Amino acid sequence: MKLLAMDTSNQAVSVALLDDQQILGEMTVNIRQTHSQTLLPMVDQLLKQTQTAIETIDRFVVAEGPGSYTGLRIAVTTAKSFAWTLNKPLVGISSLALLAANIVDTTALIVPLFDARRANVFTGVYQWQSGSLQTVVADQHVSIETLLARLQLLAEPVYFVGNDVAHFKEELQAALGSNAHFVGANHNLPHASVLGKLGLLAEPVADIHRFGPVYLRKTEAEVNWAKTHDERGTESYVEQV
Amino acid sequence: MSKKRELILAFESSCDETSVAVIEDGHRILSNIIATQIKSHQRFGGVVPEVASRHHVEQITFCTQAALEEAGVTYTDLTAVAVTYGPGLVGALLIGVTAAKAIAYAHHLPLIPINHMAGHIYAARFVKPLEYPLLALLVSGGHTELVLMAAAGEFEIIGDTRDDAAGEAYDKIGRVLGVPYPAGKEIDRLAHLGQDTFDFPRAMLKEENLDFSFSGLKSAFINTVHHADQIGETLNRENLAASFQASVVEVLTEKTMRAARQLDVHQLVVAGGVAANQGLREELAEAIKASGLDLDLIVPPLRLCGDNGAMIGAAAHIELKKETFANLTLNAVPGLDFPYRA
Repeated sequence: MKLLAMDTSNQAVSVALLDDQQILGEMTVNIRQTHSQTLLPMVDQLLKQTQTAIETIDRFVVAEGPGSYTGLRIAVTTAKSFAWTLNKPLVGISSLALLAANIVDTTALIVPLFDARRANVFTGVYQWQSGSLQTVVADQHVSIETLLARLQLLAEPVYFVGNDVAHFKEELQAALGSNAHFVGANHNLPHASVLGKLGLLAEPVADIHRFGPVYLRKTEAEVNWAKTHDERGTESYVEQV
Repeated sequence: MSKKRELILAFESSCDETSVAVIEDGHRILSNIIATQIKSHQRFGGVVPEVASRHHVEQITFCTQAALEEAGVTYTDLTAVAVTYGPGLVGALLIGVTAAKAIAYAHHLPLIPINHMAGHIYAARFVKPLEYPLLALLVSGGHTELVLMAAAGEFEIIGDTRDDAAGEAYDKIGRVLGVPYPAGKEIDRLAHLGQDTFDFPRAMLKEENLDFSFSGLKSAFINTVHHADQIGETLNRENLAASFQASVVEVLTEKTMRAARQLDVHQLVVAGGVAANQGLREELAEAIKASGLDLDLIVPPLRLCGDNGAMIGAAAHIELKKETFANLTLNAVPGLDFPYRA
């Protein structure tokens, strides 16, 4: 099965082409960039270098979030459009899970995180169990303080993963001491080949049309509105006219 | 052998409508699917960009499928894909741009980038063939411009608003009157029930240029209402609406007619969301009649005045002939504008 995987959740853009477990090609660019300008040219280059026609792709895999809202929408919209227009399955994988999966050969807890600003993070807790990556604590938007308190209670070794870990390194070390483990640059970077391998095993989305990023946060406008309104009874906010 | 049909799949997502259309030869609408988010943004009293972007992602392939099905065409029938790449909300634009790029790439079709405002003008092509040079009055929530088209696909701004767009002024005074967003239609209706009794200012009417200003009018309106509130007086809503609209319409009409007299044009296209305004349509028609100018007023049907994919397909027909194609790096340009006359 040929599989095209893509991630634009954060600063890096990563694309990979796999044939089952075999990585045919992978390209990752980690600079400040406009994802809408870089993603499709990278996909094109990868397909050309591997002499692959887009029509021969059997499955599209995308990092569905959390992450930068605008960034997420680029890969999600691209993958969703490809899958729908070429009538192929689409798989969405947590953007945190694909970072967690960078860390192999350990059964310790793996905590990928993204800086969500204002001392908050997007994070989850993962662990390899019998050779498969399991979610121990679901992805969520949480304050760094709360995350640390919970991890202190667990009192277990933890591997922190992601480029944003550096923003919190001192706090993490102070809270967890020798239980806090950090990984090298290559493991902190998202790799679409890792995303592809997770996507190989995952269940495709049932309704491609309805598929969208997993933001894990409502917009500020919606949060404020919900304070004084009841959403129940509202069928749909978007209608065809 | 019969000539291959020219079919363009056109995307529009610049603000709060997700729309996809299939257009034949630039002037036949085979489908024009429009999913509007108005109900969503009414919660907030105006368009919230992040909310709009989120809705677009969930609508985009759905609308595309509906457009292809309704048109009864498949990818092999298509000549090109077109998309609005600006102006508009960047996050919203990006969804149409990203989807259009992916679909064009997947089916090896050329991709045509379209200026949203060119699309609004080309909505008039569904009424009749356009003749150049042509004058267009573009009025929407984001723009109030007089545009001269010397030839097909050539645009030059000859008059512009110095502050608020006309549609924006409608929404702002709508808030003061308690009219839900978007306020234009309701204020137009109220205006027809009232009289111009408040005599609000007509900005820049005496100046020679073709520019507009609506912020003074907006302030005068708000001050009038607030002053009445303070002294416990209730003003007649219909008369307030009528007075506001009279000022907007008079300035738009006067400046447009001034431009028409200066230029050798025989068609006047009124386009954009505010082109749906009955008061504006009526006064422009009367002014043309009174002027004795040989000027044909073209206003697109209501459904094509708002944002829609069909108008993008009509504009793309011209760009296809000029072979204006985008490459894979196409990005949204939120501040895209026509050039100003030198």
